[in-house]
Amino acid sequence: MSIEKPLPVIDHDSAPYWEAAREGRLDIPLCGDCGKHHFYPRAICPHCHSDNLKFDTVSGRGEVHTFTIARRPAGPAFADDVPYVVALIELEEGPRMMSRVQTDDPEAVKIGAKVEVTFVKATDEVTFPYFKMI
Amino acid sequence: MKNARDPVIVGLADAPIEDGKFVTKASVLGHAALVAKAAVEEAGLTLDDVDGLLTAGMWGVPGPGQLATVTLGEYLGIMPTYVDGTNIGGSAFEAHVAHAAMALREGYCEVALIVYSSDQKSLRSRNLGGRPSVLSMQHETPYGMPTPVGGYAMAAQRHMHEYGSTSENLAEIAVATRKWAQLNPAATRRDPLTIDDVLSSTMISEPLHLLDCCLVTDGAGAIVMTTAERAKDLKTKPIAVKGYGEAHTHWAVAEMPDLARLLPAQKAGETAMKMAGVTHSDIDVVEVYDSFTITVLLTLEALGFCKIGEGGDFVSGQRTAPGGAFPMNTNGGGLSALHPGMYGMFLLIEASRQLRGDCGDRQVTGAETALVHGTGGTLSSGATVILQKD
Ligand SMILES: [Zn+2]
Repeated sequence: MSIEKPLPVIDHDSAPYWEAAREGRLDIPLCGDCGKHHFYPRAICPHCHSDNLKFDTVSGRGEVHTFTIARRPAGPAFADDVPYVVALIELEEGPRMMSRVQTDDPEAVKIGAKVEVTFVKATDEVTFPYFKMI
Repeated sequence: MKNARDPVIVGLADAPIEDGKFVTKASVLGHAALVAKAAVEEAGLTLDDVDGLLTAGMWGVPGPGQLATVTLGEYLGIMPTYVDGTNIGGSAFEAHVAHAAMALREGYCEVALIVYSSDQKSLRSRNLGGRPSVLSMQHETPYGMPTPVGGYAMAAQRHMHEYGSTSENLAEIAVATRKWAQLNPAATRRDPLTIDDVLSSTMISEPLHLLDCCLVTDGAGAIVMTTAERAKDLKTKPIAVKGYGEAHTHWAVAEMPDLARLLPAQKAGETAMKMAGVTHSDIDVVEVYDSFTITVLLTLEALGFCKIGEGGDFVSGQRTAPGGAFPMNTNGGGLSALHPGMYGMFLLIEASRQLRGDCGDRQVTGAETALVHGTGGTLSSGATVILQKD
Protein backbone atom coordinates (compact mmCIF):
# COMPACT_ATOMS: atom_id res chain seq x y z
CA MET A 1 0.00 0.00 0.00
CA SER A 2 1.47 3.32 -0.98
CA ILE A 3 1.27 6.38 1.21
CA GLU A 4 -0.67 9.24 -0.32
CA LYS A 5 1.31 12.20 -1.54
CA PRO A 6 0.67 15.63 -0.07
CA LEU A 7 -1.88 17.67 -1.99
CA PRO A 8 -2.08 21.46 -2.04
CA VAL A 9 -4.48 23.09 0.41
CA ILE A 10 -6.07 25.45 -2.09
CA ASP A 11 -6.96 28.96 -0.87
CA HIS A 12 -8.52 32.10 -2.33
CA ASP A 13 -5.17 33.32 -3.72
CA SER A 14 -4.40 30.07 -5.49
CA ALA A 15 -7.83 28.77 -6.56
CA PRO A 16 -7.77 30.25 -10.11
CA TYR A 17 -4.27 28.83 -10.68
CA TRP A 18 -5.26 25.30 -9.65
CA GLU A 19 -8.54 25.54 -11.56
CA ALA A 20 -6.66 26.47 -14.74
CA ALA A 21 -4.19 23.62 -14.22
CA ARG A 22 -7.16 21.24 -14.00
CA GLU A 23 -8.24 22.58 -17.40
CA GLY A 24 -4.74 22.23 -18.89
CA ARG A 25 -3.64 25.88 -18.71
CA LEU A 26 -0.82 27.55 -16.82
CA ASP A 27 -2.39 30.75 -15.46
CA ILE A 28 -0.34 33.01 -13.22
CA PRO A 29 -0.93 36.57 -11.96
CA LEU A 30 0.00 39.53 -14.18
CA CYS A 31 0.25 43.03 -12.70
CA GLY A 32 -1.77 45.73 -14.49
CA ASP A 33 0.56 48.44 -13.14
CA CYS A 34 4.15 47.22 -13.53
CA GLY A 35 3.39 44.68 -16.24
CA LYS A 36 5.27 41.85 -14.51
CA HIS A 37 4.08 38.32 -13.83
CA HIS A 38 4.60 36.72 -10.45
CA PHE A 39 4.39 33.29 -8.88
CA TYR A 40 3.12 32.01 -6.41
CA PRO A 41 -0.19 33.88 -6.67
CA ARG A 42 -0.66 36.70 -4.16
CA ALA A 43 -3.25 39.41 -3.45
CA ILE A 44 -0.68 42.13 -4.16
CA CYS A 45 2.18 42.28 -6.67
CA PRO A 46 5.51 41.46 -4.95
CA HIS A 47 7.33 43.71 -7.45
CA CYS A 48 5.38 46.99 -7.12
CA HIS A 49 2.76 46.14 -4.44
CA SER A 50 -0.17 46.99 -6.68
CA ASP A 51 -3.41 45.05 -6.21
CA ASN A 52 -4.35 45.54 -9.86
CA LEU A 53 -3.80 41.89 -10.79
CA LYS A 54 -5.38 39.38 -13.13
CA PHE A 55 -4.61 35.80 -14.04
CA ASP A 56 -2.91 35.45 -17.42
CA THR A 57 -2.41 32.28 -19.44
CA VAL A 58 1.34 31.98 -20.05
CA SER A 59 3.33 30.00 -22.60
CA GLY A 60 4.22 27.07 -20.36
CA ARG A 61 7.76 27.26 -21.73
CA GLY A 62 10.88 27.98 -19.74
CA GLU A 63 14.20 26.57 -18.68
CA VAL A 64 15.69 24.64 -15.80
CA HIS A 65 17.14 27.30 -13.49
CA THR A 66 18.46 24.73 -11.05
CA PHE A 67 17.52 21.23 -9.93
CA THR A 68 18.40 18.30 -7.75
CA ILE A 69 18.14 14.58 -8.35
CA ALA A 70 16.54 13.19 -5.20
CA ARG A 71 18.35 9.94 -4.42
CA ARG A 72 16.51 9.76 -1.09
CA PRO A 73 12.80 10.56 -1.07
CA ALA A 74 11.17 13.47 0.73
CA GLY A 75 9.40 11.04 3.03
CA PRO A 76 7.77 7.65 2.35
CA ALA A 77 5.10 9.11 0.03
CA PHE A 78 7.81 9.73 -2.58
CA ALA A 79 9.78 6.50 -2.09
CA ASP A 80 8.48 4.88 -5.29
CA ASP A 81 9.62 7.88 -7.38
CA VAL A 82 13.35 7.71 -6.50
CA PRO A 83 15.41 8.88 -8.32
CA TYR A 84 13.41 11.90 -9.39
CA VAL A 85 14.21 15.42 -10.55
CA VAL A 86 12.86 18.37 -8.59
CA ALA A 87 13.61 21.63 -10.36
CA LEU A 88 13.12 25.35 -10.26
CA ILE A 89 11.72 26.27 -13.64
CA GLU A 90 12.23 29.82 -14.85
CA LEU A 91 9.27 30.61 -17.07
CA GLU A 92 9.75 32.63 -20.25
CA GLU A 93 7.60 35.29 -18.59
CA GLY A 94 10.07 35.63 -15.70
CA PRO A 95 8.81 33.96 -12.52
CA ARG A 96 10.33 30.79 -11.11
CA MET A 97 8.30 27.87 -9.87
CA MET A 98 9.14 24.58 -8.24
CA SER A 99 8.10 21.50 -10.16
CA ARG A 100 9.27 18.14 -11.44
CA VAL A 101 11.13 17.46 -14.65
CA GLN A 102 9.55 14.26 -16.02
CA THR A 103 12.26 12.12 -17.54
CA ASP A 104 13.48 8.54 -17.76
CA ASP A 105 17.03 9.85 -17.67
CA PRO A 106 17.60 12.15 -14.66
CA GLU A 107 21.31 12.45 -15.52
CA ALA A 108 20.35 14.19 -18.77
CA VAL A 109 18.77 17.13 -16.96
CA LYS A 110 21.01 20.20 -17.06
CA ILE A 111 20.73 23.80 -15.93
CA GLY A 112 19.53 25.82 -18.91
CA ALA A 113 17.64 22.90 -20.49
CA LYS A 114 14.53 24.11 -22.33
CA VAL A 115 11.32 22.71 -20.89
CA GLU A 116 7.59 22.83 -21.51
CA VAL A 117 4.69 22.29 -19.14
CA THR A 118 2.81 18.97 -19.03
CA PHE A 119 -0.20 18.45 -16.82
CA VAL A 120 -0.37 15.43 -14.52
CA LYS A 121 -3.69 14.65 -12.88
CA ALA A 122 -3.42 13.61 -9.23
CA THR A 123 -7.08 13.68 -8.13
CA ASP A 124 -10.35 15.09 -9.47
CA GLU A 125 -9.50 18.40 -7.78
CA VAL A 126 -5.75 18.61 -8.34
CA THR A 127 -3.66 18.55 -11.50
CA PHE A 128 0.04 19.38 -11.20
CA PRO A 129 2.04 21.32 -13.78
CA TYR A 130 5.15 19.20 -14.37
CA PHE A 131 7.74 19.95 -17.06
CA LYS A 132 9.39 17.98 -19.87
CA MET A 133 12.60 18.75 -21.71
CA ILE A 134 12.08 19.81 -25.33
CA MET B 1 34.15 54.83 23.13
CA LYS B 2 32.87 52.77 26.02
CA ASN B 3 29.53 53.19 27.68
CA ALA B 4 28.27 51.77 30.99
CA ARG B 5 25.33 50.11 29.23
CA ASP B 6 27.35 48.47 26.44
CA PRO B 7 26.11 44.87 26.03
CA VAL B 8 28.38 42.01 27.06
CA ILE B 9 28.15 38.22 27.29
CA VAL B 10 28.88 36.98 30.82
CA GLY B 11 27.49 33.45 31.01
CA LEU B 12 27.68 30.35 28.79
CA ALA B 13 26.54 26.78 29.18
CA ASP B 14 25.80 23.77 26.99
CA ALA B 15 24.44 20.34 27.82
CA PRO B 16 26.65 17.25 27.61
CA ILE B 17 25.75 14.85 24.80
CA GLU B 18 27.06 11.40 23.99
CA ASP B 19 26.57 9.72 20.60
CA GLY B 20 24.48 12.78 19.80
CA LYS B 21 22.05 12.23 22.67
CA PHE B 22 21.56 14.02 25.97
CA VAL B 23 23.37 12.31 28.84
CA THR B 24 21.06 13.66 31.57
CA LYS B 25 17.50 12.40 31.78
CA ALA B 26 15.21 15.41 31.47
CA SER B 27 12.54 16.73 29.12
CA VAL B 28 13.40 19.22 26.40
CA LEU B 29 12.34 22.01 28.78
CA GLY B 30 14.30 20.36 31.56
CA HIS B 31 17.47 20.65 29.48
CA ALA B 32 16.63 24.28 28.70
CA ALA B 33 16.31 24.94 32.44
CA LEU B 34 19.53 23.11 33.33
CA VAL B 35 21.65 25.08 30.84
CA ALA B 36 19.90 28.33 31.83
CA LYS B 37 20.76 27.74 35.49
CA ALA B 38 24.34 26.77 34.66
CA ALA B 39 24.87 29.87 32.49
CA VAL B 40 23.59 32.36 35.08
CA GLU B 41 25.50 30.65 37.89
CA GLU B 42 28.72 30.70 35.87
CA ALA B 43 28.38 34.50 35.81
CA GLY B 44 27.66 34.65 39.53
CA LEU B 45 23.99 35.45 38.99
CA THR B 46 20.80 33.51 39.74
CA LEU B 47 17.69 32.91 37.66
CA ASP B 48 15.93 35.49 39.85
CA ASP B 49 18.23 38.15 38.36
CA VAL B 50 16.94 37.40 34.85
CA ASP B 51 14.47 40.00 33.54
CA GLY B 52 14.98 39.40 29.81
CA LEU B 53 14.13 36.01 28.29
CA LEU B 54 14.76 35.07 24.66
CA THR B 55 14.21 31.69 23.08
CA ALA B 56 13.35 29.87 19.87
CA GLY B 57 12.80 26.18 19.28
CA MET B 58 10.79 23.48 17.62
CA TRP B 59 9.39 21.80 20.74
CA GLY B 60 5.77 21.69 21.81
CA VAL B 61 4.17 22.69 18.50
CA PRO B 62 1.22 22.67 18.21
CA GLY B 63 0.80 23.40 21.92
CA PRO B 64 2.88 25.15 24.56
CA GLY B 65 5.77 25.77 22.16
CA GLN B 66 3.61 28.22 20.22
CA LEU B 67 4.19 30.67 23.07
CA ALA B 68 7.74 29.58 23.69
CA THR B 69 8.98 32.38 25.97
CA VAL B 70 5.80 32.16 28.05
CA THR B 71 6.12 28.42 28.54
CA LEU B 72 9.84 28.61 29.27
CA GLY B 73 9.38 31.48 31.75
CA GLU B 74 6.73 29.42 33.53
CA TYR B 75 9.01 26.36 33.66
CA LEU B 76 11.87 28.45 35.06
CA GLY B 77 9.59 30.13 37.61
CA ILE B 78 10.48 33.67 36.57
CA MET B 79 8.48 36.73 35.43
CA PRO B 80 10.49 38.34 32.62
CA THR B 81 9.65 41.92 31.66
CA TYR B 82 11.42 41.80 28.27
CA VAL B 83 10.97 38.81 25.99
CA ASP B 84 11.79 37.92 22.41
CA GLY B 85 10.62 34.75 20.69
CA THR B 86 11.96 35.71 17.27
CA ASN B 87 12.18 32.53 15.24
CA ILE B 88 13.95 32.91 11.91
CA GLY B 89 15.38 29.38 12.01
CA GLY B 90 18.88 28.44 13.08
CA SER B 91 20.06 32.05 13.03
CA ALA B 92 17.49 33.08 15.66
CA PHE B 93 20.04 33.22 18.47
CA GLU B 94 22.33 35.64 16.63
CA ALA B 95 19.23 37.84 16.22
CA HIS B 96 18.47 37.35 19.92
CA VAL B 97 21.92 38.67 20.85
CA ALA B 98 21.21 41.74 18.71
CA HIS B 99 17.79 42.28 20.23
CA ALA B 100 19.04 41.75 23.79
CA ALA B 101 21.89 44.19 23.11
CA MET B 102 19.39 46.86 22.09
CA ALA B 103 17.18 46.18 25.13
CA LEU B 104 20.22 46.40 27.44
CA ARG B 105 21.41 49.67 25.90
CA GLU B 106 17.91 51.09 26.18
CA GLY B 107 17.66 50.14 29.86
CA TYR B 108 14.71 47.88 29.10
CA CYS B 109 16.37 44.93 30.84
CA GLU B 110 19.42 44.24 33.02
CA VAL B 111 20.10 40.53 32.61
CA ALA B 112 19.08 38.79 29.40
CA LEU B 113 18.99 35.00 29.11
CA ILE B 114 18.99 33.35 25.66
CA VAL B 115 18.11 29.64 25.71
CA TYR B 116 17.78 26.79 23.22
CA SER B 117 17.00 23.12 23.67
CA SER B 118 16.19 20.25 21.32
CA ASP B 119 15.87 16.51 21.91
CA GLN B 120 15.26 15.67 18.24
CA LYS B 121 17.77 12.83 18.22
CA SER B 122 16.45 11.11 21.33
CA LEU B 123 12.86 11.51 20.12
CA ARG B 124 13.72 10.69 16.49
CA SER B 125 11.44 13.63 15.82
CA ARG B 126 13.34 15.48 13.12
CA ASN B 127 10.84 15.82 10.35
CA LEU B 128 11.39 19.02 8.47
CA GLY B 129 10.15 17.17 5.37
CA GLY B 130 6.58 17.37 6.54
CA ARG B 131 6.06 21.03 5.82
CA PRO B 132 2.27 21.11 5.50
CA SER B 133 1.16 21.90 1.98
CA VAL B 134 -0.54 25.21 2.87
CA LEU B 135 -0.02 28.82 1.74
CA SER B 136 3.33 29.18 -0.07
CA MET B 137 4.20 25.53 0.65
CA GLN B 138 1.24 24.29 -1.44
CA HIS B 139 3.50 25.17 -4.40
CA GLU B 140 6.55 23.23 -3.10
CA THR B 141 5.69 20.33 -0.79
CA PRO B 142 3.70 18.31 -3.38
CA TYR B 143 6.73 18.11 -5.70
CA GLY B 144 8.74 16.12 -3.18
CA MET B 145 11.89 18.19 -2.77
CA PRO B 146 13.79 16.52 0.08
CA THR B 147 13.81 19.08 2.89
CA PRO B 148 15.87 20.76 3.94
CA VAL B 149 18.70 19.25 1.86
CA GLY B 150 17.04 19.73 -1.55
CA GLY B 151 17.06 23.53 -1.37
CA TYR B 152 20.75 23.54 -0.47
CA ALA B 153 21.43 21.06 -3.27
CA MET B 154 19.71 23.40 -5.74
CA ALA B 155 21.87 26.28 -4.50
CA ALA B 156 25.02 24.14 -4.80
CA GLN B 157 24.06 23.07 -8.32
CA ARG B 158 23.59 26.70 -9.32
CA HIS B 159 26.86 27.80 -7.69
CA MET B 160 28.73 25.05 -9.53
CA HIS B 161 27.07 26.09 -12.80
CA GLU B 162 27.80 29.81 -12.44
CA TYR B 163 31.24 29.72 -10.83
CA GLY B 164 32.68 26.28 -11.48
CA SER B 165 32.95 25.28 -7.83
CA THR B 166 33.23 21.53 -7.31
CA SER B 167 32.24 18.72 -4.96
CA GLU B 168 35.93 18.59 -3.94
CA ASN B 169 35.70 22.23 -2.80
CA LEU B 170 32.72 21.35 -0.62
CA ALA B 171 34.46 18.27 0.74
CA GLU B 172 37.42 20.44 1.84
CA ILE B 173 35.03 22.14 4.26
CA ALA B 174 33.75 18.88 5.76
CA VAL B 175 37.30 17.56 6.19
CA ALA B 176 38.70 20.76 7.75
CA THR B 177 35.77 20.92 10.14
CA ARG B 178 36.33 17.30 11.19
CA LYS B 179 39.95 18.14 12.05
CA TRP B 180 38.67 20.76 14.51
CA ALA B 181 36.24 18.21 15.96
CA GLN B 182 39.16 15.88 16.60
CA LEU B 183 40.55 18.57 18.94
CA ASN B 184 37.22 18.93 20.79
CA PRO B 185 36.46 16.14 23.27
CA ALA B 186 32.77 17.13 23.26
CA ALA B 187 32.36 16.72 19.48
CA THR B 188 30.15 13.86 18.27
CA ARG B 189 32.16 12.73 15.23
CA ARG B 190 35.90 12.58 15.78
CA ASP B 191 37.06 9.76 13.49
CA PRO B 192 39.42 10.76 10.66
CA LEU B 193 37.82 11.95 7.43
CA THR B 194 39.28 12.40 3.94
CA ILE B 195 38.04 14.20 0.85
CA ASP B 196 37.57 10.81 -0.82
CA ASP B 197 35.41 9.68 2.12
CA VAL B 198 33.11 12.66 1.54
CA LEU B 199 32.96 12.17 -2.23
CA SER B 200 32.23 8.46 -1.92
CA SER B 201 29.56 8.82 0.76
CA THR B 202 25.95 8.19 -0.24
CA MET B 203 24.47 10.73 -2.64
CA ILE B 204 21.43 12.22 -0.91
CA SER B 205 20.24 15.04 -3.15
CA GLU B 206 22.59 15.79 -6.02
CA PRO B 207 25.20 17.24 -5.78
CA LEU B 208 25.21 16.87 -1.96
CA HIS B 209 26.52 13.68 -0.35
CA LEU B 210 25.73 12.38 3.11
CA LEU B 211 28.97 13.88 4.47
CA ASP B 212 28.07 17.30 3.05
CA CYS B 213 25.18 17.28 5.55
CA CYS B 214 25.21 18.24 9.21
CA LEU B 215 24.66 15.79 12.03
CA VAL B 216 21.31 15.20 13.68
CA THR B 217 21.80 15.41 17.45
CA ASP B 218 20.22 16.65 20.67
CA GLY B 219 21.59 19.82 22.20
CA ALA B 220 20.91 22.65 24.61
CA GLY B 221 22.73 25.90 25.20
CA ALA B 222 22.33 29.19 27.04
CA ILE B 223 23.92 32.62 26.95
CA VAL B 224 23.62 35.36 29.57
CA MET B 225 24.06 39.01 28.63
CA THR B 226 24.19 42.12 30.75
CA THR B 227 25.71 45.61 30.68
CA ALA B 228 29.43 46.37 30.89
CA GLU B 229 28.81 48.10 34.21
CA ARG B 230 26.96 45.19 35.81
CA ALA B 231 29.60 42.78 34.47
CA LYS B 232 32.29 44.43 36.63
CA ASP B 233 30.92 42.62 39.71
CA LEU B 234 30.48 39.24 38.01
CA LYS B 235 32.69 36.15 37.94
CA THR B 236 33.53 35.81 34.23
CA LYS B 237 35.56 37.81 31.72
CA PRO B 238 32.94 39.73 29.73
CA ILE B 239 32.84 39.40 25.95
CA ALA B 240 31.69 42.59 24.23
CA VAL B 241 28.94 42.54 21.60
CA LYS B 242 30.35 45.10 19.17
CA GLY B 243 28.08 44.79 16.16
CA TYR B 244 25.10 42.94 14.76
CA GLY B 245 22.89 42.71 11.70
CA GLU B 246 20.10 40.54 10.35
CA ALA B 247 18.03 40.02 7.19
CA HIS B 248 15.80 37.48 5.49
CA THR B 249 14.55 37.03 1.96
CA HIS B 250 12.30 33.97 1.45
CA TRP B 251 10.91 30.74 2.88
CA ALA B 252 9.82 28.98 -0.30
CA VAL B 253 12.94 27.89 -2.21
CA ALA B 254 11.54 29.17 -5.52
CA GLU B 255 11.42 32.63 -3.94
CA MET B 256 15.16 32.75 -3.17
CA PRO B 257 16.25 35.87 -5.08
CA ASP B 258 19.60 34.44 -6.21
CA LEU B 259 20.33 30.74 -5.76
CA ALA B 260 24.10 31.25 -5.92
CA ARG B 261 24.38 34.25 -3.58
CA LEU B 262 23.39 34.55 0.06
CA LEU B 263 21.87 38.02 0.19
CA PRO B 264 20.83 37.93 3.89
CA ALA B 265 24.43 37.19 4.92
CA GLN B 266 25.72 40.00 2.72
CA LYS B 267 23.31 42.49 4.29
CA ALA B 268 23.68 41.28 7.88
CA GLY B 269 27.45 41.06 7.63
CA GLU B 270 27.86 44.57 6.23
CA THR B 271 25.62 46.03 8.94
CA ALA B 272 27.39 44.20 11.76
CA MET B 273 30.94 44.98 10.63
CA LYS B 274 30.13 48.63 10.05
CA MET B 275 28.57 48.92 13.51
CA ALA B 276 31.58 47.24 15.11
CA GLY B 277 34.02 49.36 13.09
CA VAL B 278 36.00 46.31 12.01
CA THR B 279 37.26 45.03 8.67
CA HIS B 280 37.89 41.47 7.53
CA SER B 281 41.54 41.60 8.57
CA ASP B 282 40.50 42.35 12.17
CA ILE B 283 38.65 39.02 12.50
CA ASP B 284 40.71 36.33 14.26
CA VAL B 285 38.16 33.52 14.38
CA VAL B 286 35.05 32.82 12.33
CA GLU B 287 32.08 30.68 13.36
CA VAL B 288 29.56 30.27 10.54
CA TYR B 289 26.52 28.06 10.16
CA ASP B 290 27.32 24.76 8.49
CA SER B 291 24.02 22.96 8.01
CA PHE B 292 25.58 21.80 4.75
CA THR B 293 29.02 22.38 3.24
CA ILE B 294 27.50 24.67 0.60
CA THR B 295 26.09 26.89 3.37
CA VAL B 296 29.66 27.70 4.41
CA LEU B 297 30.85 28.44 0.88
CA LEU B 298 27.95 30.81 0.19
CA THR B 299 28.34 32.47 3.59
CA LEU B 300 32.08 33.17 3.27
CA GLU B 301 31.49 34.77 -0.13
CA ALA B 302 28.51 36.82 1.03
CA LEU B 303 30.34 38.06 4.12
CA GLY B 304 33.11 39.28 1.84
CA PHE B 305 35.97 37.08 3.02
CA CYS B 306 36.48 36.32 -0.66
CA LYS B 307 34.86 37.43 -3.90
CA ILE B 308 31.52 35.98 -5.00
CA GLY B 309 32.31 32.77 -6.87
CA GLU B 310 35.77 32.34 -5.34
CA GLY B 311 34.70 30.41 -2.24
CA GLY B 312 35.94 27.14 -3.71
CA ASP B 313 39.50 28.43 -4.01
CA PHE B 314 39.23 30.13 -0.63
CA VAL B 315 38.59 26.88 1.28
CA SER B 316 40.99 24.75 -0.80
CA GLY B 317 44.16 23.30 0.68
CA GLN B 318 42.55 22.99 4.13
CA ARG B 319 42.81 26.73 4.76
CA THR B 320 40.02 26.55 7.37
CA ALA B 321 41.52 23.59 9.28
CA PRO B 322 43.54 23.81 12.53
CA GLY B 323 46.84 25.53 11.66
CA GLY B 324 45.33 27.00 8.46
CA ALA B 325 45.23 30.68 7.58
CA PHE B 326 41.51 31.00 8.34
CA PRO B 327 40.39 29.34 11.62
CA MET B 328 36.70 28.53 11.22
CA ASN B 329 34.10 26.41 13.01
CA THR B 330 36.61 25.55 15.68
CA ASN B 331 34.38 23.25 17.75
CA GLY B 332 33.81 20.94 14.80
CA GLY B 333 30.66 22.70 13.66
CA GLY B 334 27.26 21.33 12.81
CA LEU B 335 29.02 18.94 10.45
CA SER B 336 30.98 17.11 13.16
CA ALA B 337 30.28 18.46 16.69
CA LEU B 338 26.49 18.70 17.06
CA HIS B 339 23.39 19.93 15.21
CA PRO B 340 20.16 19.88 17.18
CA GLY B 341 18.15 21.56 14.39
CA MET B 342 18.80 25.22 15.20
CA TYR B 343 22.56 25.35 15.52
CA GLY B 344 23.19 29.11 15.85
CA MET B 345 23.34 28.99 19.66
CA PHE B 346 26.51 26.88 19.53
CA LEU B 347 28.29 29.25 17.12
CA LEU B 348 27.94 31.98 19.76
CA ILE B 349 29.07 29.74 22.62
CA GLU B 350 32.17 28.58 20.73
CA ALA B 351 33.12 32.10 19.62
CA SER B 352 32.78 33.39 23.19
CA ARG B 353 34.88 30.52 24.56
CA GLN B 354 37.56 31.23 21.96
CA LEU B 355 37.66 34.88 23.05
CA ARG B 356 37.83 33.84 26.70
CA GLY B 357 40.78 31.61 25.80
CA ASP B 358 39.02 28.52 27.20
CA CYS B 359 39.34 26.20 24.21
CA GLY B 360 42.28 23.97 25.17
CA ASP B 361 43.77 22.06 22.22
CA ARG B 362 41.62 23.91 19.73
CA GLN B 363 42.32 27.40 21.09
CA VAL B 364 43.07 29.92 18.33
CA THR B 365 46.14 31.82 19.54
CA GLY B 366 45.56 35.50 20.11
CA ALA B 367 41.83 35.41 19.33
CA GLU B 368 40.52 38.89 20.14
CA THR B 369 37.75 39.46 17.61
CA ALA B 370 35.26 36.87 16.35
CA LEU B 371 32.62 36.92 13.65
CA VAL B 372 29.55 34.71 14.13
CA HIS B 373 27.04 34.18 11.36
CA GLY B 374 23.88 32.11 11.62
CA THR B 375 21.73 30.93 8.73
CA GLY B 376 18.13 29.81 9.09
CA GLY B 377 15.37 28.21 7.07
CA THR B 378 16.55 27.19 3.60
CA LEU B 379 19.24 29.86 3.17
CA SER B 380 16.35 32.13 4.19
CA SER B 381 17.65 34.24 7.04
CA GLY B 382 21.02 35.46 8.20
CA ALA B 383 22.23 37.17 11.35
CA THR B 384 25.77 38.29 12.13
CA VAL B 385 27.33 39.15 15.49
CA ILE B 386 30.80 40.63 16.05
CA LEU B 387 32.25 39.73 19.44
CA GLN B 388 35.40 41.11 21.05
CA LYS B 389 37.50 40.39 24.09
CA ASP B 390 36.62 43.30 26.40
ZN1 LIG C 1 3.38 45.12 -10.12
